[in-house]
Amino acid sequence: MCSLCGILGCDDHWTNAVERPGIYTRNHDSQSRRVETSRRLNAANTVLSYRRLKLDLWQGRSYVLSSPTGASSVFEALSHLWPEAETLAGRDFDPLDENLISWMEDQRS
Amino acid sequence: MTPVILLTGFLGSGKTTLLQRLLTDPSMQGAAVLINEFGDVGLDHHLLDRIDDNVVLLKSGCICCTVRGEVADALSNLDSLRTRGEISFDRVVIETTGLADPYPVLQTLTAHPVLRSHFTNGGVLTTVDAVNAGGQVEHRAEAARQIAAADRIVLTKTDLVAADDVARLKQRLSKINPGASIYTTLDSVESLVAGFGPGDHIVPAARATQPEDHVCDAHCDHAHHHVSHHHDDQLGIISFSLIIDAEIDWTMFGTWLTLLLNRYGDRIFRVKGILAIAGEDRPVAIHGVQHLVHAPTHMEHWPEGPRQSRLVFILEDLSPDLIKRSFAAFTGLAQVRTAA
Repeated sequence: MCSLCGILGCDDHWTNAVERPGIYTRNHDSQSRRVETSRRLNAANTVLSYRRLKLDLWQGRSYVLSSPTGASSVFEALSHLWPEAETLAGRDFDPLDENLISWMEDQRS
Repeated sequence: MTPVILLTGFLGSGKTTLLQRLLTDPSMQGAAVLINEFGDVGLDHHLLDRIDDNVVLLKSGCICCTVRGEVADALSNLDSLRTRGEISFDRVVIETTGLADPYPVLQTLTAHPVLRSHFTNGGVLTTVDAVNAGGQVEHRAEAARQIAAADRIVLTKTDLVAADDVARLKQRLSKINPGASIYTTLDSVESLVAGFGPGDHIVPAARATQPEDHVCDAHCDHAHHHVSHHHDDQLGIISFSLIIDAEIDWTMFGTWLTLLLNRYGDRIFRVKGILAIAGEDRPVAIHGVQHLVHAPTHMEHWPEGPRQSRLVFILEDLSPDLIKRSFAAFTGLAQVRTAA
């Protein structure tokens, strides 16, 4: 449970911080939260698709990561995303790997 | 939120002596102190003049691997005592063991479900022994991590070393951590603590590393990712900055940095910077230590100078050029998607 807002499964990752004075976040209201969550899923899925994984939101507060073989993992905080993805894929997600960089460059072009 | 100042530094570098001096300053009179020692019998708390309920000695053990829960318990206990009105304090100083990596304590403050709503990172103050620093930094990874994590560095025992050697040491420390301001024990306590906090010198740090490897001309209108870096030949530690003229997509940047720190957080001692986020008038400051990134700060206004993003990294055995290319690949993708 989040100690700030009292919501079960509250995610206070730095990219998704709970709104408080002086802190940059897009968690202003339900609409901005939904928009940013959608953007975050798109961004993560762009990278995850490199190893054929997919991230979805479950009931608005948990994340479900799934593989093409049907394996899945459920977690509540974004800080768990990449360790879970590496476990599910059985391989690293290395942003300095030449192949992943080239693949991301191809996605851009 | 109560700020927690982390006082760290290698064994024998003068942490307790500095703490004694700090506690004499009026601004520090409301400080509670946690002391961690490595050894069966703790002595440091006896060396402090002011022994009262606000000084807590943590049990023996290295703070970086065994007492993270104990730090949390001690802070929770202090907060409970304050809530009951039994003690009062307006900040906490944690003196770590000389062998401690500062990161786990900072992580405890950020991640602990209760502490994070009562305490905040008040900055890392690192003592460096001017007599022995050279060997310690070369041979002890802990010493290098403590310097890299510092917001302010205090050089101790400078009276035992020639002025030229002190100047050379300052130069070397600036290469390892260009963002930290460097003081000596000859500086006043007031100056050591004035305005102290995490990301103390984010902007000057970013400015200190201006682009050196790129010359723009009239035809040069692309988004720049300048890289400049300083290298400590004896350490394999590099500090470098990325400077980005284009506005950054916050979501993709967050994805990239989280991914980078997940894989290389143990080699990225420090990352901090000021960002021009697409759609935001004011800059956003970020700072992180190893795997940990603190909640980003929304700054009130842009500092003087060009309105561009600047990210400073202090890392070991990673290629700045590869990080630059990775950054461009990930955030470039985000720009295309935003335009679409």
